[in-house]
Amino acid sequence: MSILIDQNTRVIVQGITGRDGSFHAKQMADYGTKIVGGVTPGKGGQEINGIPVLNSVKEAKDKTSCDAAVIYVPAKFAKDAILEDIANAIPLIVCITEGIPVLDMVEVKKALSHSQSRLVGPNCPGLISPGKAKIGIMPGHIHKSGDIGVVSRSGTLTYEVVYNLTINNMGQSTCIGLGGDPIIGTRFVDVLKLFQEDPQTKAIVMVGEIGGGDEQLAAECIKKHVTKPVAAFIAGRSAPSGKRMGHAGAIISSGESTADAKMQILRDAGVIIVDFPDEIPQALTARLKLRG
Amino acid sequence: MKIHEYLARNLFAEFGIPIAEGDAAQTSDEALFIAHKIGFPVVIKAQVLAGGRGKAGGIKIAGNEKQLVYEFNRIKNLNIKGYCAQRLLIVKAIDIKKEYYLAVTIDNIKGDAVIIASAEGGVEIEETAKAHPDKIIKFYMQGDKILDEARWGPVAVRLFNDARLQQSATSILKNLLKLFFEKDCSLAEINPFVVNKDGNLVAADAKVVFDDNALYRHPELIALRDLKYEDADELEAKDEGLSFVKLEGNVGCIVNGAGLAMGTMDTVNLLGGRPANFLDVGGSSNPQKVLNAVKILLRNKDIKVILINIFGGITRCDDIANGILTALKQIDIPIPLVIRLTGTNEKEAKALLTQAGLTIYTSMRQAVTQAVKISKD
Repeated sequence: MSILIDQNTRVIVQGITGRDGSFHAKQMADYGTKIVGGVTPGKGGQEINGIPVLNSVKEAKDKTSCDAAVIYVPAKFAKDAILEDIANAIPLIVCITEGIPVLDMVEVKKALSHSQSRLVGPNCPGLISPGKAKIGIMPGHIHKSGDIGVVSRSGTLTYEVVYNLTINNMGQSTCIGLGGDPIIGTRFVDVLKLFQEDPQTKAIVMVGEIGGGDEQLAAECIKKHVTKPVAAFIAGRSAPSGKRMGHAGAIISSGESTADAKMQILRDAGVIIVDFPDEIPQALTARLKLRG
Repeated sequence: MKIHEYLARNLFAEFGIPIAEGDAAQTSDEALFIAHKIGFPVVIKAQVLAGGRGKAGGIKIAGNEKQLVYEFNRIKNLNIKGYCAQRLLIVKAIDIKKEYYLAVTIDNIKGDAVIIASAEGGVEIEETAKAHPDKIIKFYMQGDKILDEARWGPVAVRLFNDARLQQSATSILKNLLKLFFEKDCSLAEINPFVVNKDGNLVAADAKVVFDDNALYRHPELIALRDLKYEDADELEAKDEGLSFVKLEGNVGCIVNGAGLAMGTMDTVNLLGGRPANFLDVGGSSNPQKVLNAVKILLRNKDIKVILINIFGGITRCDDIANGILTALKQIDIPIPLVIRLTGTNEKEAKALLTQAGLTIYTSMRQAVTQAVKISKD
């Protein structure tokens, strides 16, 4: 078992005729992902690397029975691409696109709340269940199948963490990059619950960063729902304090969002906090041994 | 994107939100002209994009010409959080009966626009929010951009007892929401939102922040940006597709991806060094970007070593290696390079750079340790 995707997931690629879309469609297919179609309005009927291109998500769903979509379209068109997936009840939507306006995401969030779809991203590297399937842009070869679940707000920092796990012979069940935007579809709390329920996952690695309130919510969730060991690295301890935005931001978050504050809150929730990304494997191994 | 108060006031006026009479002045002559037009006493407000202006002495009242000229010159030369105001706003002093707070912003976690209001506005609003959260009214728009007064009207009713003020506040809030949604704001804030002695509502300050990602929809807003508040190197980096923030240390960093860039800075710090900058070359493989990044870093004379930390994903290590080789050929790099490359096409990259006599690290910790050591020699 892994979470959200596996070898049976049937994926369509929105924006498959673009530079990034076509390149990554091939990379994903080469990794073993079932790429069943691509969508670019007005370009239906073509084939890209043997993958049929269709005009709409509806057409793609009818013809391919896809159950996941990955989006590589430019920011201006990303909202409509996501809304089209939601309207067609695609269960998993992964949006790689960065630079989507915040109010567009407010609209997306509203549509998601009345839907059966889950959105990962935007502005994210995607997700991978090693040895089974990858949906996104991460380098497949640094991963290894195993029992560690990885969830992160970052891209390359996640690769760094995964790489250290892999060279220490600690494979991963699923690695998921949530995305760096203010408004995202899937958050730490959602993934923590999925990893807790997943029988393959024995331990969880969280990679967080300065800003926002997600790590704090994750800490609450871990206290209440997560019995598996969790290790975390929080980036941004040396970052200069953020430029402030009026008073409203502080009133809304009503809590500290520095890296140090987040580390303390997670530590209080029983999470193993490391100073360096390469300390995660040893720290987790020690905790897993302790539990027998 | 943040804009100055005097520009935010113009937007308020355009959207029918009442503001105090006044205008921005660059010279004391202009200030006098404005003051004569609106009448004394006036408030002089430094136009800087930083909070805490009042506490820094950047806001003063003047009752006559002499005071105005004196305060104008004093405030103009004041250093407020590293900035001197180019303009001062001269507004008619409001006889304040009570200060309120009114704002529209985004709650990222809920993914929704939210109205925030309080009957206890003013500079202490954040303390109020912490100590007495019950004094803060929050109303979520629930994804709604349609300005259905029946839905959010109760905000004004909870804020004011007087029926006339309720009505007036409702219309101001409607206009604030209109501004927020039409211009893709991330914040539209009135603090303080005051009732003057005539019993009328006035926005005594105006703060508007726009969503950078949505600026393509609002070309008219670009002209409102004040480039003085953006570091020249940071702006140039942005034009080159790099994300750069200058810091105080001497270990120059070139990294791909924001998270890894922060993680690299943290590691430099924890191993006893001081990072000179945050620099994210992004996900592209363009060798030119590495060249530009090196050029920007070398302008900082404090830098003793350049640490390049690349984890290849979309970014291909051999492209980065070619960028490094081009930089070595085209520019004189008087300080050592410490290079760590891992990930996509790492073998090809290592071959290229080893031939050129460079040492390549695979481990991030080893590379950072070496860079920190050089920075201390």
